[in-house]
Amino acid sequence: MAEVVPLRDAVADLVHDGDSVALEGFTHLIPFAAGHEVLRQGRRELELIRMTPDILYDQLIGMGAARKLVFSYGGNPGVGSLHRFRDAIEHGWPHPIELEEHSHAGMANRYAAGAADLPFAVMRGYRGTDLAAITQVAPIVCPFTGERLIAVPALRPNVAIVHAQEADRAGNVQLWGIPGVQKEAVLAAKRSLVTVERIVDELEPRPNSVVIPGWVIDAVAAAPGGSRPSYSLGITDRDNDFYRFWDELSRDRDAFTAWMQEHVLAGQEAGVR
Amino acid sequence: MSEATAGAPNAAEATSGEVQTVVAARRLKDVRTVFIGVGRPSTAAILARMVHNPDLVLVYESGTIGAKPFHVPLSIGDGELAETADVIVSVPEMFNYWIGPGRIDVAFLGAAQVDRFANLNSTVIGEYDHPKTRLPGAGGAPEIAANCGEVIVVAPHSKRTLVERLDFCTTVGHGDGPTARQRLGFRGAGPTAVITDLGVLEPDPDTKQLVLTCVYEGVEVAAVREATGWPLEVAGELETTEPPTSEELAALRELVSR
Repeated sequence: MAEVVPLRDAVADLVHDGDSVALEGFTHLIPFAAGHEVLRQGRRELELIRMTPDILYDQLIGMGAARKLVFSYGGNPGVGSLHRFRDAIEHGWPHPIELEEHSHAGMANRYAAGAADLPFAVMRGYRGTDLAAITQVAPIVCPFTGERLIAVPALRPNVAIVHAQEADRAGNVQLWGIPGVQKEAVLAAKRSLVTVERIVDELEPRPNSVVIPGWVIDAVAAAPGGSRPSYSLGITDRDNDFYRFWDELSRDRDAFTAWMQEHVLAGQEAGVR
Repeated sequence: MSEATAGAPNAAEATSGEVQTVVAARRLKDVRTVFIGVGRPSTAAILARMVHNPDLVLVYESGTIGAKPFHVPLSIGDGELAETADVIVSVPEMFNYWIGPGRIDVAFLGAAQVDRFANLNSTVIGEYDHPKTRLPGAGGAPEIAANCGEVIVVAPHSKRTLVERLDFCTTVGHGDGPTARQRLGFRGAGPTAVITDLGVLEPDPDTKQLVLTCVYEGVEVAAVREATGWPLEVAGELETTEPPTSEELAALRELVSR
């Protein structure tokens, strides 16, 4: 059963050095406040899992919190490169990181297999590409038709962290808009934390909503504005200017570090301008 | 919008990038569904809805099906896409129920490198373990290219992009030739065009090697060949693209100014 607790306590309780941690949210509902709290608590040696690393993982990687990155698209959406991600891979700054990369379809199926507590998922994919040789996939033959397919291993993160619009006082969570792989990530993980824009007395039904019952979540924490500069549909807007600003700022190691010190490490809330 | 007023732009003023977008939009005249990423393909698809095909269903990787954006979105997950979509699905559903079974007619893809069989690299420049440039990676491209009805690649025309040999094959276009897609069990027809800022390359029906079939007005074939990383063949009946109409150009400029 989800306990509704302060963000600081939830992160301290659920995220440990060396953990595999999936902070999900596909462009929408990216859990920036929780990721920043992970940084403020000085977690290290993390295996960071996320389909689209986005600015949040650029920050975690650049601050040296990552040992390994598992991902499928490491870009600044619509803007260009993630410079801290590139610097870590191209120059080993601040230290080298191990990579495991997939296609989106592969990552999505890996989460779905984890949520289903199956050892792997079956798909048509990767065939003919150089990806197959550098990542964890294996050929498999359909026992019914003989078709040659690809198996991808289930993802079972130690911790999943996602952001949603709201939760009730029992920790039942509702999110709407682009749902990404948040439900799959929570169900695949051993422990889970959901940050929300607001805690309400009763969840009001919404079109296209995803409801995650509180009894599959470990902790719920209020984090108003906690997805900025990503967004929480209906409550906050995506800060596209910040994504462009980040492209400039993050090119320089010192400027990046100074910004992170001032806006994230020294801050109490989500680090936005 | 549809009125060509006295102030309508002259087609001769169009930049090569604008021509590229207009040419890409024209490819969507008789299409039901198109899968798009950000940037020029997104602009082209929205332009197609404005001037050619108001019923065109835009599908974005973020799970928004039937999005009707008024603005060109910065990311594939901007709020406007979710607010205007017919339906929004999860990422596993997007790939397993919609892309995998081949329900999308056309997919627009970009890449840092394209080879003569329209195979794509969006992973690394240089060695994988010690890359000169780390690119974003596969995203949805491998399965999109395998399964969508056809693929249209939109890329700048230069020797850096159109290369003799990919540094990394992220996404299979026509593999090593005419039988590759069948051998791999792919559902879709694969790349049918590479639209650059100089012209259009299309695969030869027999060899599946890209051939220059169309150049934009004022572009010399020699310049196109010079900007291509392999000895580019030129179609016997090379066409010159009909320049953007004043309606197309006015609509495009109005769209990007929103």
